[in-house]
Amino acid sequence: MSQIKTRRGLNIRLQGAAICEIIMQDKSPEIFAIHPSDFQGLISKPAIQPGDKIQRGEAVCFDKNNPEIRLVSPVSGILTDIVRGEKRKILQYLITPDGTNAAVKLQAPEENCSSEDAWEFLSVSGFAPYIMQRPYGVIAIPGTISDDIFISFFDTAPLAPDYEFIFGESGATILKGFKLLSKITRGKIHAAFKQGSRLAEEFKSLSFIELHYVSGPHPAGNTGTVINKVRPINKGDLIFTIQPSDVYALGKTIETGEYYSQRIIALTGSEAQRPAYYSTIQGASLKNILSNNVASENVRVISGNVLTGSICGETPFLSMTHSQVTVIPEGKKFEMLGWIMPGFSKFSNSRTYFSWLFTKKQYRIDTNLKGGVRNYVMTGEYEKVCPLDIYPQHLIKSIIVKDIDKMEQLGIYEVIEEDLALCEFVCTSKTEVQAILREGLDMMRKEMN
Amino acid sequence: MKSVRRLVDKVKPNFEKGGKLYFAHSFFDAFETFLFVPDKVTRQGAHIRDAIDMKRTMILVVMALFPAFLFGIWNTGYQHFISMGVAAGFWQIVGYGLLKVIPLYLVTYGVGIGIEVIIAQINKHEVNEGVFVTAFLIPLLLPADIPLWMVALATGFAVLIGKEVFGGTGMNILNPALLARAFLFFAYPAWMSGDKVWVSGLIKGDGVVDGFTGATPLAQAAAGNTSFVDGFGNHLSTLDLIVGAIPGSIGETSKIAIMLGAIILLFTGIASWRVMISMLFGGMAAGIIMNLTAVNPFMAIPFYDHLLIGSFMFGMVFMATDPVTAAQTNTGKYIYGFLIGIMVIIIRVLNPAYPEGTMLAILLMNVFAPLIDHYVVQSNINRRLKRVKKVKA
Repeated sequence: MSQIKTRRGLNIRLQGAAICEIIMQDKSPEIFAIHPSDFQGLISKPAIQPGDKIQRGEAVCFDKNNPEIRLVSPVSGILTDIVRGEKRKILQYLITPDGTNAAVKLQAPEENCSSEDAWEFLSVSGFAPYIMQRPYGVIAIPGTISDDIFISFFDTAPLAPDYEFIFGESGATILKGFKLLSKITRGKIHAAFKQGSRLAEEFKSLSFIELHYVSGPHPAGNTGTVINKVRPINKGDLIFTIQPSDVYALGKTIETGEYYSQRIIALTGSEAQRPAYYSTIQGASLKNILSNNVASENVRVISGNVLTGSICGETPFLSMTHSQVTVIPEGKKFEMLGWIMPGFSKFSNSRTYFSWLFTKKQYRIDTNLKGGVRNYVMTGEYEKVCPLDIYPQHLIKSIIVKDIDKMEQLGIYEVIEEDLALCEFVCTSKTEVQAILREGLDMMRKEMN
Repeated sequence: MKSVRRLVDKVKPNFEKGGKLYFAHSFFDAFETFLFVPDKVTRQGAHIRDAIDMKRTMILVVMALFPAFLFGIWNTGYQHFISMGVAAGFWQIVGYGLLKVIPLYLVTYGVGIGIEVIIAQINKHEVNEGVFVTAFLIPLLLPADIPLWMVALATGFAVLIGKEVFGGTGMNILNPALLARAFLFFAYPAWMSGDKVWVSGLIKGDGVVDGFTGATPLAQAAAGNTSFVDGFGNHLSTLDLIVGAIPGSIGETSKIAIMLGAIILLFTGIASWRVMISMLFGGMAAGIIMNLTAVNPFMAIPFYDHLLIGSFMFGMVFMATDPVTAAQTNTGKYIYGFLIGIMVIIIRVLNPAYPEGTMLAILLMNVFAPLIDHYVVQSNINRRLKRVKKVKA
């Protein structure tokens, strides 16, 4: 057990936090979509063709390089379409449910099974793509054994769902997931909770689980931060991470013998009229949840949080990997002389606007870039919001100049996009930090393999 | 507001690719983004962004310089009329000051922005805001009587050679404003040093009261005086040095005005307090060492007076803190500032060739800033390597 306290970071005070109540169960979404792009590192190959019937838990697609990574359908129905983009890259698998809810039967392995059996089950059941590895922040390769596994039940991202609320009573189910996951690591399962967590009580005095109590501003709860404070990643290390919702689903799948695709999500953001928790299914259309629930016309629906989530298109879907949907205003408008105004309602981590007067105020922030892209001028901004023992600006610069050695020296193995998302938020020069970092991670992975 | 937007939208197509005014699109972009924050939205990464941007940052630096600028205008006129022995009214003083200072600004802004727009046009990027600060700073570092063509030449040199050849704002190694001053100092020393240049009208010499000297306190110190006097030989108290109605570069004399700027910069977080504090301590440390080992009157000047004479304060608040040319790591900033403080006093006191050390100390440390950062970052890298070894062992 350890206490992790961080000071550096930033809580962006956004309007529209979810109230702790499940106010709607969307039992019959009209359509489902699976976006392979939600799974970093996955090159998807269709397992079935449009028009084919599919059951819940049956593979929709698999990875080109590692066919054991199978992405399974969250519902039973018909694969209606495979939407492709440039170079025939698959963007979406669209599934229309048939309402039968039929599911493939799965046989959970014994409690003292081998790592091969555990991986076999994770692959067959469709949970393999939810296990991410570090370095590089990509899907773990089935069959590999990690040094440790990290899971954070404390999401500190803006308006993030409260896992204490969602999983407060589900400790026993999560423990089943933990037990299976403990087979694919030679170390321990490190679970991070917020200070005073009730959920954590369930996992005390278990030898294969190490508990960490986290406090501090975002990104304190990111797995990246926890890893950095507990056992920073060195060259050659392999760490797995998995999200709380997926551990719970894994436990539930072991319990029931059927792929579990239900999700409790937080609908958040200033433009959500009833920000609260909703029960729905992975990959489901958000139409039912969002109808009569969005305050204005010109909004952006984000699956995930405002820092790392993905933009939803015309028909918004819940991503397979997210437990949060955020609705914020689009910012496609001009603002006259905005750079000289006092700015009482402009959120900034600096004190360059008079909004610093209000330390409690919550903001309605739109998607405007709020300035032009420039070379780096300011320094020390990134360090203020990054609790990791690295120099983010130097790391980003080394990626821009494609200096592989420097990237490695400056600690690229220790970070993924979400860890530096706040740096991108505060950047005066509006540098696309996350995109640059991903480029660097891909470069690095290519170089090492 | 809407009507302005409509007007901008109406003329905009002319400046876009294929339009007949495409050759001036950089200028138009600069003007449009000056009027309106663009309607660009985030496409990847974080969906929301901090309200701060380069324009806001730079305008705040200019605002921070404003007290020094205003005082400089007044002091230029004030010093002039004292030297003439004329009891002038406030507006007469300000009027003379404006007449002297505004032309300098027209030149620095004309040349600076002109070059910036042309380069932006050639390189197809947006006009960088850094030049607004550079052009605002340059006159404040100069004596009021400097010929305008020299200022034009120095500004051009600083912006083009000091900045654009490296890739524009953010890529430069040396502080452009200081570079402009250094250029003038070495190219036209007659206009940048001596006892006559710091009070407007003294070089011409018409109507100057007999016996008036325009020596700055710094020059007096260099000449071996430990007690400072004004043009007529009256004693200057510490308070006089702080208020700053004394001869000197336009912006450097009033420590009160400079401190107002410092408050703005530190409060908004634009300038690094680490650099300022460590430079202050560096200067004091070197001053104390000089006092303790004094073998001549200049070395014996109380260390706190060193902070008030010359451009120590101005350099500390506005020049050393330039984020582009300073050290970039937090630890590096302490080292960088401290070494500047020490170097200022060393150059000032121990080098007979240069009356003032601030400019050269900062430029010197600009060059060394990347080296300081290198070692600070290297220690982080070494820590990481050590960790690997420990795990492997």
